Amino acid sequence: MTTKKSKTVKWGEEPKIGWWEAMYLPAIAGGLATAIKHAFSGRTTTRQYPDVEPEIPPNYRGVHRLNRDEEGRVKCVACYMCQTACPANCIEIIAAPAPKDDPHWKDRDKFPQTFTIDELRCIYCGMCEEACPVDAIELTSVYDLTGYTRKELIFDKEKLLSVFDETSTAGKDPVRTNRGALGPASVEAATASQGPPPPGRGSHG
Amino acid sequence: MFEYLKQSWPTLWPTLGAIGVILAFVPVLGLYMTFIERKLAAYVQDRLGPNRVGPFGILQAIADAIKLFLKEQIIPDHVYTFLYFIAPTFSLMTAMFALVVMPFGPVPTEYTEGFRYIVAPGIDIGIMMMIAISSLSAYGIILGGWASNNKYSLYGAIRSCAQFISYEIPLGLSIIGIIAASGSLNIEQIVSSQGGAIWNWNIFWQPLALIVFFTSALAETNRLPFDLAECEQELVGGFHTEYGGIKFVLFFLAEYTHVVTVSFLTALLFFGGWHFPGLTGPVDANLGGMLLRTFVLVFKVTMVVGFIMLLRWSLPRFRFDQLMGLAWKGLIPLALLNFLCVAIVLTYDLPKHYLALTALFLVAGSMVSARHLQHTINRPRSEGRPATNVNLTESAI
Repeated sequence: MTTKKSKTVKWGEEPKIGWWEAMYLPAIAGGLATAIKHAFSGRTTTRQYPDVEPEIPPNYRGVHRLNRDEEGRVKCVACYMCQTACPANCIEIIAAPAPKDDPHWKDRDKFPQTFTIDELRCIYCGMCEEACPVDAIELTSVYDLTGYTRKELIFDKEKLLSVFDETSTAGKDPVRTNRGALGPASVEAATASQGPPPPGRGSHG
Repeated sequence: MFEYLKQSWPTLWPTLGAIGVILAFVPVLGLYMTFIERKLAAYVQDRLGPNRVGPFGILQAIADAIKLFLKEQIIPDHVYTFLYFIAPTFSLMTAMFALVVMPFGPVPTEYTEGFRYIVAPGIDIGIMMMIAISSLSAYGIILGGWASNNKYSLYGAIRSCAQFISYEIPLGLSIIGIIAASGSLNIEQIVSSQGGAIWNWNIFWQPLALIVFFTSALAETNRLPFDLAECEQELVGGFHTEYGGIKFVLFFLAEYTHVVTVSFLTALLFFGGWHFPGLTGPVDANLGGMLLRTFVLVFKVTMVVGFIMLLRWSLPRFRFDQLMGLAWKGLIPLALLNFLCVAIVLTYDLPKHYLALTALFLVAGSMVSARHLQHTINRPRSEGRPATNVNLTESAI
């Protein structure tokens, strides 16, 4: 049984060591110089995480939030676009007809009665916010999501709205906020601008 | 009995005091060396290192000690219990025992009353005893590897055994030159022969001996780049795989005690010990001079320790055949060369300047031995071994 070198197998070769390197001492001096240079450079890559929070880029895809419109209502119109687009099937919406006799809700046909996102199942791909026609669902830069049980990480509508309240008051809005067409959920915004209609989806930069 | 103690008290208390100093300092030193090593490693690798416990992380060593001491004592089912317990204690005992003849401060060559910076002053075979004792520390590792009843531990122990045997030879040979030049085995005598000008330090006369000595001593400490006995990637933890808690601490402490021993020996034999230009006069004239000299010695030792730690983070581990090649093809011929030079100079009463030839031999000899080592390193892995690299695609067909 001999080791015949086949043409189909690529055999790795160890790098050859020259005379100079086999003397060890110059190579050791070089290695020490590198070590000392790093030791005294004063440059560290350590992040002191709990003490110093990292700077999260504003286009980070973290925990979801459900946006509110100007009147403080949930912006979502329960169109099921995000639930359909979600590749991980983590969004579950139950729609309800908007209360017609309430003047507060007269510009809406539907609103989400429940809006549940399983944050553990989500893969944070951002396709829900791509799909949303009214920019109601957005991924924030909140990254440190923890919990003791699986149950408490299934976010309902109130929890998602509270994420909006927290992030918007802390000034941590995602860059994508108010990016696309707003739709009928905020008529006031469309009438107030008086300009040409906002650019549709796909033309944003 | 009481009368005997009373009579011998004037000679007894300095020894007991020195033993107390060593027993008190070595564990603390070992603990804090782990801290310093972690910090240094962190800085070399552009990190911050331990900085949580206390200011600058200074209490980390104590926290580590408390954690290790309070750990549950687990005795695996498959070990030989007696040897399993003996091994770490033996390891530490030999490491500490070598410190008996080690001056940790200025010691005059004549015996004096009162406290001395050494446990056993004026031992005429000092350096030989130290080498003999420190070579016993292989037993601790071998016993540990054997008692663990575990293939990986045994592999580590066997490697360590082979390494100890190989590196004992250049270690001893490199010191012979120093001993011959200073004419004594007594460490205090060797140091006092380097007094006066800075040019009297042995490093300037026998740099070749320093390289050989330091390399082989580093191999004796079982540290990187020579830590094949415990190399994590191949042997889990090597000889101390089955050890935990306080038993592991003893092994660990033994390793660091070895580092201290080696650093002290390097400073004493090659860097003039407590001598420094400007520090003249008898070593035990007054307390200030003694403290200053102690500081000088400790400073030199600290430098060597720091160098050993830096080496750990600069060099990769040797392959085993390279390790053996370095000892037998590289260091032993170089040590013999150095000894030959010293012997010629001493025999024919040539001026000491001729010893500078060893520096030339350092270059020439290392070039020649590098030629051999180069062959060892570049030898294909399959050469001289059974053909285990069966070509899978062909055998499958």
